[in-house]
Amino acid sequence: MKFLVCISQTPDTTARVAFTPDGKNYDASGVTFIMNPYDEWYALVRACELKEALGGTVVALHVGPAANETTIRKALAIGADEAVRIDAEPTSSAFTARQIAEYARTNHFDIIFLGKETIDYNGAEVGAMVAEHLDLPFIAFASKLDLSGNTAVVERDIEGGVEVVEVDLPFVVSAAKGMAEQRIPNMRGIMMARTKPLHVVAPVPVDEPVAVVRFTLPPAKTGVKLVDPEQMDELVRLLHEEAKVI
Amino acid sequence: MVLVYAESPRGQFKKATLEAVTFGKNLAEQLGQPCAAVVLGKVQTDAGELGRYGAARVLQVPDEQLNTLDSQVATQVLAEVARQVGATVLVLSHTSTGKSIAGRLAVRLQAGLVSGVSGVSEAESQGRLVVRKPVFSGKAIAEYAIATPVKILSLMGNAVRPEATGSPVTVETLDVAVPPARVRVREVRTVEGRVPLPEAEVVVSAGRGMKDPANWGIIEELAEVLGATTACSRPVADSHWRPHHEHVGQTGIAIRPNLYIAIGISGAIQHLAGVNNSKVIVVINKDPEAPFFKAADYGVVGDLFEVVPRLTEAIRKFKAAQ
Ligand SMILES: Cc1cc2nc3c(=O)[nH]c(=O)nc-3n(C[C@H](O)[C@H](O)[C@H](O)COP(=O)(O)OP(=O)(O)OC[C@H]3O[C@@H](n4cnc5c(N)ncnc54)[C@H](O)[C@@H]3O)c2cc1C
Ligand SMILES: Nc1ncnc2c1ncn2[C@@H]1O[C@H](COP(=O)(O)O)[C@@H](O)[C@H]1O
Repeated sequence: MKFLVCISQTPDTTARVAFTPDGKNYDASGVTFIMNPYDEWYALVRACELKEALGGTVVALHVGPAANETTIRKALAIGADEAVRIDAEPTSSAFTARQIAEYARTNHFDIIFLGKETIDYNGAEVGAMVAEHLDLPFIAFASKLDLSGNTAVVERDIEGGVEVVEVDLPFVVSAAKGMAEQRIPNMRGIMMARTKPLHVVAPVPVDEPVAVVRFTLPPAKTGVKLVDPEQMDELVRLLHEEAKVI
Repeated sequence: MVLVYAESPRGQFKKATLEAVTFGKNLAEQLGQPCAAVVLGKVQTDAGELGRYGAARVLQVPDEQLNTLDSQVATQVLAEVARQVGATVLVLSHTSTGKSIAGRLAVRLQAGLVSGVSGVSEAESQGRLVVRKPVFSGKAIAEYAIATPVKILSLMGNAVRPEATGSPVTVETLDVAVPPARVRVREVRTVEGRVPLPEAEVVVSAGRGMKDPANWGIIEELAEVLGATTACSRPVADSHWRPHHEHVGQTGIAIRPNLYIAIGISGAIQHLAGVNNSKVIVVINKDPEAPFFKAADYGVVGDLFEVVPRLTEAIRKFKAAQ
């Protein structure tokens, strides 16, 4: 079996959010980046578990500049066998999806794993785009994935519950919480990661269909109004008359 | 033409669908174009009712196979409908269904896509459309311009209020070829009785301050009197005190209810990321230094085991007097 896991990186969850003075770009100065949690905790770990059970290879793919190689090495330390970096700034979902699809088109994979969404731009766009480029089924937000022979049984999160679906290989899946348990890379993994192959591939050109106009910060809260813990009638009155939410 | 995909999970139009139709109608007015809604599969209500929310035409492809989702099939059918009616903007809901399809449609129709849209900043009848959406888990707002001939938007939940100002219309049946599905839906398990978290207007959420899962009775009671849906912080779900689908935050679900009541939750940045778009936030915490108070509109510093039953009682009294 061959599994492709698409990994992105996002600002550390506690990073402050600021933009360049023209408001057009995220200001990354002084920000540490982490592997997108859905990609790391669920997609990558489940792909590794399946490989360990069934044999095969796990390829971790990242679209990004050389500066992001620490994230790729971490994926190798967690258990991917080899890595591919498409050497380009991932400027949009359309761009990223096209790069992933071009690589996957020429290197057959049984399952292409992605995360449910990146936690920075919160798009949940790339997976569906990759699937359409490759004319493959797409299962979004999978919280459980089992494989028997050529067929996978997948549980996916829907509003207020789960849907259980069956699909034959090959397909594209995006991973949500529950698909696997987070793995902390051990010393052996970290050592081995240094010697695993990392291929650098040139990007294909893409016309950008969407452009950033500006980023702004939401207006700050005006401050909390404290209500005496004995006076819950007063809180109810405020919620009704002032906030108008009950 | 603004074409809204009026999704109908298990044969019903949910709030997200009515919001999308209302949003589509408003956008169509701004563009000086008509708004149509398209329904895939069979529904258990009269699809023509979508006219009330502003659809001038309601189109339906009533093939039974479309009752369950295969993103590939839905994409091909929607793309064909969009072509037939000459859609310039396609509106979807930012739901588990919409997110399965939006990216595919964008590739198929070579359209610019912005997902999770909360509003329109600029709409020109010819050419570009500028929309905004929360990014960085609600810590910032991004505005994007789309200039492709066909544009696709998926609308974030609770961004507009459904407005039933129109009247029902006659449903037009469309004859579109439905390709065979490759995804077979075997079973759907839903939690009965409660409004699902992403759709809830009022959410009562509790954290590690609850001390023990056995204490959740007071949370359930408060939720009951408010008609609210319950949620929890990540450590609570991780220790299996509460089911996973209640976990909100950066790595759980992001919600934007009208009212979010946070009980015994410290307000870590990753938790706030999932809830800070709520209209009004009430925080109940015994520690006056808890970071959540900085993000709150109303705060109660006190022991939740005393405050929550008192609040429940006050709401009960208020509801009885209404
Ligand atoms: C990458 C990453 C992603 C994460 N994603 C999420 C996420 O999606 N969602 C999430 O929630 N967390 C997330 N976290 C965890 C987050 O950082 C916090 O650890 C977590 O939110 C804390 O949960 P809590 O507020 O329930 O518990 P605590 O931080 O332990 O807070 C408990 C609170 O209860 C109060 N309290 C205690 N007893 C009482 C009482 N009797 N009456 C009133 N108040 C009382 C205390 O004062 C305290 O403020 C993430 C962390 C990381 C690193
Ligand atoms: N630059 C990237 N390189 C590789 N995979 C990516 C990249 N950006 C996004 N992805 C994948 O696409 C998923 C969904 O991202 P998004 O559509 O941006 O929310 C992520 O969880 C990753 O698996």
